[in-house]
Amino acid sequence: MEILVCVKRVPDTAENEIELNAEGNDIERDDLVYSVNEWDNYAVEEAIQMVDKHGGSVTVVTVGDEESEEVLRREMAMGAEKGILLSDDAFEGSDGKGVAAILKAAVEKGSYDLIMTGAQADEGYAQVGGMLAAMLDYPYASLVNSIEVGDGKLKVGREVEGGNIEMNEIELPCVLSIQTGINEPRYVGIRGIRKVASVEIPAMGASDLGIDAGSVGEDAAKVRRIDYFVPEMGEGAEMLEGSTDEIIDKLIELLKSKGGIK
Amino acid sequence: MEAILALIIVAAGVAGVVYVLARRMAPLFRAAKGPAIDRIGERLYGVYWFPHHRMPRPGYEVAGYTHITTLVSLIVLSIHVLMVIYSGFVGFEIPGLESAVGVGYAVISDIALTVLFIACVFAAVRRGVLKPPRYEVPEKYGKDKSRPWAVFLVSFLAAVALLDMIYLGSDAVAAKAAEEGYRFILPLTGTWFAAIIMSGLSASAAGTVNVVSYFILLIGIFVFVNLLPFDRLFHTITGPVTVFCKKLERGSVKPVQWGVDDESVADLESFGVKKFEDFNWKHILDFYSCADCGRCSDNCPANASGRPLSPRFISLKGRDYAFSHYPLKGPFVKNEPLVGDIFSEDEIWSCTTCGACEEECPVTIEYIDKIVDLRRGMIDDGNVPQSLQKPLNALGKRGNPWGKMEKKRPEWIKELPEGVTIKDLSSGDTAETLYFVDSMSSYDDRMMDLARATATVLSAAGADAGILGKNEKDSANDVRRFGEEMLFMELRDHNSEMIAGSGAGNIVTSDPHALNALKKDYKDMPPVEHISEFALRKLKEGTLSFASLDEEEKGKIYTYHDPCYLGRHNQVYDPPREVMDAIPGMNRVEMSRCRDRSFCCGGGGLMLFYEPEEEERMGVHRVRMAKEAGANVIVTACPFCLTNIEDAIKVAGLEGEMEALDLCELVARHIGS
Amino acid sequence: MAQIFAYILHSNGELDDSALELLAAAKKIDPDVDVTAIVTGSGIDDVCKKAAESFKTVWKIDSDALSYPNAEVVRKALLNMLPSDCFVLLPQDTFGMDLGPGLSVKMDSAFVGDVVDIEGVEGNTLKTIRQEFSGQVSTHVHCDVSAGAVINVRPGVFQPAEGQAGEVVDKSGEIGDVSAKRKFIEIQEAEVGEVDITKSEVLVSVGRGIEDEENLEMVFELAEAMGADVSCSRPIVDAKWLEKSRQVGTSGMTVKPKVYMALGISGSFQHMGGVKGNPFIVAINKNPKAPIFQVADVGVEADILEFVPELTEKIKEL
Repeated sequence: MEILVCVKRVPDTAENEIELNAEGNDIERDDLVYSVNEWDNYAVEEAIQMVDKHGGSVTVVTVGDEESEEVLRREMAMGAEKGILLSDDAFEGSDGKGVAAILKAAVEKGSYDLIMTGAQADEGYAQVGGMLAAMLDYPYASLVNSIEVGDGKLKVGREVEGGNIEMNEIELPCVLSIQTGINEPRYVGIRGIRKVASVEIPAMGASDLGIDAGSVGEDAAKVRRIDYFVPEMGEGAEMLEGSTDEIIDKLIELLKSKGGIK
Repeated sequence: MEAILALIIVAAGVAGVVYVLARRMAPLFRAAKGPAIDRIGERLYGVYWFPHHRMPRPGYEVAGYTHITTLVSLIVLSIHVLMVIYSGFVGFEIPGLESAVGVGYAVISDIALTVLFIACVFAAVRRGVLKPPRYEVPEKYGKDKSRPWAVFLVSFLAAVALLDMIYLGSDAVAAKAAEEGYRFILPLTGTWFAAIIMSGLSASAAGTVNVVSYFILLIGIFVFVNLLPFDRLFHTITGPVTVFCKKLERGSVKPVQWGVDDESVADLESFGVKKFEDFNWKHILDFYSCADCGRCSDNCPANASGRPLSPRFISLKGRDYAFSHYPLKGPFVKNEPLVGDIFSEDEIWSCTTCGACEEECPVTIEYIDKIVDLRRGMIDDGNVPQSLQKPLNALGKRGNPWGKMEKKRPEWIKELPEGVTIKDLSSGDTAETLYFVDSMSSYDDRMMDLARATATVLSAAGADAGILGKNEKDSANDVRRFGEEMLFMELRDHNSEMIAGSGAGNIVTSDPHALNALKKDYKDMPPVEHISEFALRKLKEGTLSFASLDEEEKGKIYTYHDPCYLGRHNQVYDPPREVMDAIPGMNRVEMSRCRDRSFCCGGGGLMLFYEPEEEERMGVHRVRMAKEAGANVIVTACPFCLTNIEDAIKVAGLEGEMEALDLCELVARHIGS
Repeated sequence: MAQIFAYILHSNGELDDSALELLAAAKKIDPDVDVTAIVTGSGIDDVCKKAAESFKTVWKIDSDALSYPNAEVVRKALLNMLPSDCFVLLPQDTFGMDLGPGLSVKMDSAFVGDVVDIEGVEGNTLKTIRQEFSGQVSTHVHCDVSAGAVINVRPGVFQPAEGQAGEVVDKSGEIGDVSAKRKFIEIQEAEVGEVDITKSEVLVSVGRGIEDEENLEMVFELAEAMGADVSCSRPIVDAKWLEKSRQVGTSGMTVKPKVYMALGISGSFQHMGGVKGNPFIVAINKNPKAPIFQVADVGVEADILEFVPELTEKIKEL
């Protein structure tokens, strides 16, 4: 099975507060470190496990600048055979549809049985997978947390409300967006990345992909982020103040009155 | 005729031993390169010193002295055995008895033989009847084949000794019956008893007994020698070699591959131990040398707290693998992956690298290096628990396991006590003394107190001290010990460059993990001291002095918990105690487990992030030990110990009753005169 | 102004909470608009009637093929009947995420996902507000809606609007070809654990702030003292510290307690999406900027590892 996994380089924000920059038009990026989007990483692991079991190869692709190459290398160190960097000044500022259109062109340059994306990203709309599928006219399933390979089709589980799993049968080729927890992604150390350091990663621009530069990028984007701002605080909870003992006393009173202590 | 028969037995016996040993050595030749054996004098002394000091460690006196007795007897008897074998070729005459030296040796041999017999009978009774719990084989490790075999072997050796007595005794009886002169036999030795019992025999009957017992004895000796390489008794052959080849640098970790330097290590095909032959020959020799005495697991905190690790079975499983995959006949079995099959993942991650097992092992088997090598293999295969992947990734990106920002590393110096100064060298300042803070004390809210207390001590002693600030990264002591060698190298190189660039003349740290890394894993460092050593030095110099404990504190009973990386790995046992005792009014007691028997708090570094299966936390065990000692304040000297012990006090429900404190905090509170 | 459609989720003959929230969102786009509700399914007359109590027009799309809302089938059916350049509102739940992006491509309209507020329309520009990085920062997002838009609205953030009654229009005849390459097989129900948190009146819910599996003990102790059950957020289940049946959230259980105490839970919408019935929410978190404080009734800024044992102690003393 030939699998293409779409990945994205995102700020790694787990332990750090996101702050606005001085101008207030962006988050403070100087102190950020970047890594592969967590959901995408699960997708790549799943693809590798499928290929280990059923044969084929995994290709990882990303839309971004040269710095995005590092996430491709990381995923190749995990076991993806090829990486493709889709990079062009014309791509900058693309909205979800722009990104999906660029990926569609890349998909059509190859021959893939299965396309995977992460279900979402911390800074995203959870949209590219569904858009790409619609553009390709491939069937699509989002939030996938189990995959079983059948003959020309897959049996996929989607994580839906109530902790339930919605089982579907989906024809190949198709697009799946992968939910975390589907597997346990393997560790990639510096050594792994060095091993693939010299592997050539082809970069493809608009002309290589046969994309009309005007159809993607900022000018073509229908959806634009205008600015960042910190949401108003304070309207929410009544914060209990005082010494710990006072806070606890107040809290116990409140809990009692609301039936929280039986 | 008899000589030919003896020759056949001797030849068969020797051939058997040579063949079995040759087969046993096969995996050593297929193994990875081992350490170069240098410092011969030190090693020879170690072979002499070690058994004497390790065997009878407290708690193991009975087994220890039984072993020393057996060992000494066997050494004494080694020439005697050769003489006995030789006697069969010269008409059953023990050679050398015409000289006084020969008679003297014969008498000593009689004593040794008697002692050996008694020791073996005692050992058989102890293993077979008394059954010390240490030798139990937990169900998960399969059937206990070990005990019956052990009883059989010591009984067999006792029987051989008995036969020898009969052989020697019958010779004396025959000589006496034939009215020939005979050598002096010391009364009350086995030989003397044998001669008494057989004294009624005629010369010819005694002669027959003499000849028959000779052949049975000869067969017995060679059967016994041939049985050695099949079980724990192999240690009688390989043990001394293992002790001779032992690692001489405490606290250090073996390189990824012996003989491959840092520059070319990245080019290695594979890292760590994935299959059996990836172990180096010394480690396979370790497996052979395990005497199955159970002391490692008896002292292993992971084993005590119910984690799926028992070092004893690391060795035994390794030995069983060697025996079954390198059989005595037939082709060697193709190798199989070790982790998942022979060793479980949890087993390998459960080790805190505290070193208690190695401290105790009477044949100096190395466990930490093996565990680290197995982890290196797992890291290389990407087979790492998710809970460890996050801190490892964060260490790579940010230089600390939480992924917190570099600029926040020196934030703790913003709230220093009055009068305390410490420079942030990242701004270009210089200082004579570098305080290497390391991640835990830099970022953990509670442990920042420890960093501030350290700064207070440095400041009070008048040290011109600074920190690397945002330029410091994790010392990576535990990154290395969790098997991520490349990340360790990257962090080490970064820190080394920053330390060199700071121009500091000496380094002080209050984190024993950093101390160990800087001393054992880094190269070309200025002198490194733990804060306890620094404080003691300043006390002696008179630049630091202490005010008395206050009345409330005087009512408390303090105990000191030795951090593994300060104590066992770096042998700093006394300075923290001396510093504590220098505080007037100090009432300090020792826990039963202290110094080199200290019990790990639960593990530092990346172990904080790993979630082992366990029945009860190590820290809880430790807190109970402090309570048993009558203490209500546990003083330690490591931020990880402090975290684990403070947590454990809560878990054990001893809040209010017990408290934990770092040595630096204790000292900082009592600076004065 | 373009027509606005709201896709109505329903189960067991009841409208989903999101229905009236979508109506509220629609009114923020155009206060005067008559919103058309779309109800798909099989045997949905009752649901349509209920929808018609709040929506001016209700499209009933009744077909066996739609008995389970398979996004691909729904999309095909909608494409066969929706006018061009219209607005389609969907909840940002597991169905909306499945349908929305692809629908917008096929309608050639814009897509905005996970909208938390709408500021209105100016000319052809729809002004919305979204959140990024787990709610740590918000963004103004402008969207060209000249060719219509598909807007996924975060559940629970819009106050349900009061609608006007209307009528049901049967559009079942216009479904057309809905053959799909993805077929729904079945729902595998989550295993019910030792406690059914969906029935609990008081929940003590624990999140990432607990740091260590062993620390869960203190949470269970607090719950026991309060007479509550223990639930958790997703990271706790991902770490396998607690069973899935204790997880609250859109990918876990939906709970309706009277009191919900969130310990060390940042309060992502995926988590809060599982908290229904407007409980009294107490949040304890050491990060004063945690989004949970925005939805909680009462907040305490504290490290749960220190606060919880003390609280338990005091409650035990009562």
